[in-house]
Amino acid sequence: MQIEAIINNKKVAWEIENDELLADTLRAKGLLSIRQGCDTSCCGLCTVWIEGKPTLSCTTLSFRINGKNVTTIEGIQEEAAAFAQVLVAEGADQCGFCSPGFIMTVLAMKNELKNPAEEEIIHYLTGNLCRCTGYMGQLRAVKKYLGVE
Amino acid sequence: MFTIQQLVQPDTLEEAYDVLTRDISNTILGGCAFLRLGSKKIGTAIDLSKLNLNGIKEQGDFIEIGAMTTFRDLEISPVLKESFNGVLPQSVSHIIGVQFRNIVTVGATVYSKFGFSDLLTALLALDTDVELYKAGRMPLAEFLEKSPQRDILTRVFIKKNSCKAVYKDLRNSQSDFPVLNVAVSQKDDRWRVVVGARPLRAQISQQASEELSQGGASPAGIASAARLAAEELSFGSNIRGSAEYRKAMCKVLVERAVTEVLQCK
Repeated sequence: MQIEAIINNKKVAWEIENDELLADTLRAKGLLSIRQGCDTSCCGLCTVWIEGKPTLSCTTLSFRINGKNVTTIEGIQEEAAAFAQVLVAEGADQCGFCSPGFIMTVLAMKNELKNPAEEEIIHYLTGNLCRCTGYMGQLRAVKKYLGVE
Repeated sequence: MFTIQQLVQPDTLEEAYDVLTRDISNTILGGCAFLRLGSKKIGTAIDLSKLNLNGIKEQGDFIEIGAMTTFRDLEISPVLKESFNGVLPQSVSHIIGVQFRNIVTVGATVYSKFGFSDLLTALLALDTDVELYKAGRMPLAEFLEKSPQRDILTRVFIKKNSCKAVYKDLRNSQSDFPVLNVAVSQKDDRWRVVVGARPLRAQISQQASEELSQGGASPAGIASAARLAAEELSFGSNIRGSAEYRKAMCKVLVERAVTEVLQCK
């Protein structure tokens, strides 16, 4: 079937299969920030925004973005780079495989929550797994980036 | 890997039901969160996105939740946060992550009667009805007891009242499926104790509910109700916990939930 959507502020018309998943569609179109780490819908690496909401692209059927706005990290490079600098400065970035999905969730949280407490930050980011670190560096970076204690 | 041969997006429920009942391999799509974990061969997939079944509304004496409403919608709903001590948002807030909760839908979860469901346990503690396109409206408890019928769950209705409620769960780690979950509600003298993820689906403990409703929630009454719930309900073993462990933890969670309900305003 054919779908029309706005991907990173660009209108596209794509031919997709009925059972195609969004992560596969986006990667096939060259959006290689999309990664998959678990196969069970729980690692958060494939996070994109659909209408501004963080969503697992590995679990979303591609036809469901028809007529919608989708944002990947390629579409918000300035904001992503600003947070990535803080992340690196805190020593939180190691292999980097989970970073695109993690950054997409952090930026979605910034848009959704105002001055979140530590508990709210942890709750929002629970769906993003990192197997290199113990999350403390990420938490320091997020708090610094958001300007919260 | 699952497959979908054809896809339809009906404009009416009548059309959706017609396609559903045409062939056994035709399937209604919910959030599709579990679809990729299996190898289902779907003939015609029926997407309900065009039927305005998403959203949470206060309608007269009920809160109405559309079948395509996501768990994240429940979690952040101001109406639900203010109702029944926020028991519904609490029940879904620890399921995987926010990205997952932005996908899974109320209708698919309730219709599927998942044993591990957190939401079913909380809904069953409230005065909840479900609406099916063909079978009509019925109490959730009745729907859960019915044998599976091919139908479309369209809405969930929760009676607006002064019911106080608390949800408790036990998880081996944050965001994992629950080992056990409990919801307890109180409206005036009527108590209801629900235990889910046993790992069988949520069920009301009639004996525990009656014990509290008849005898009141004194410390002895609470201990007795917790023991009755553990004795009355059946528990099973799976990768997350043994039947014995679940039975022992049932008493603990029921006791805690009842005690917390007493502190609710």
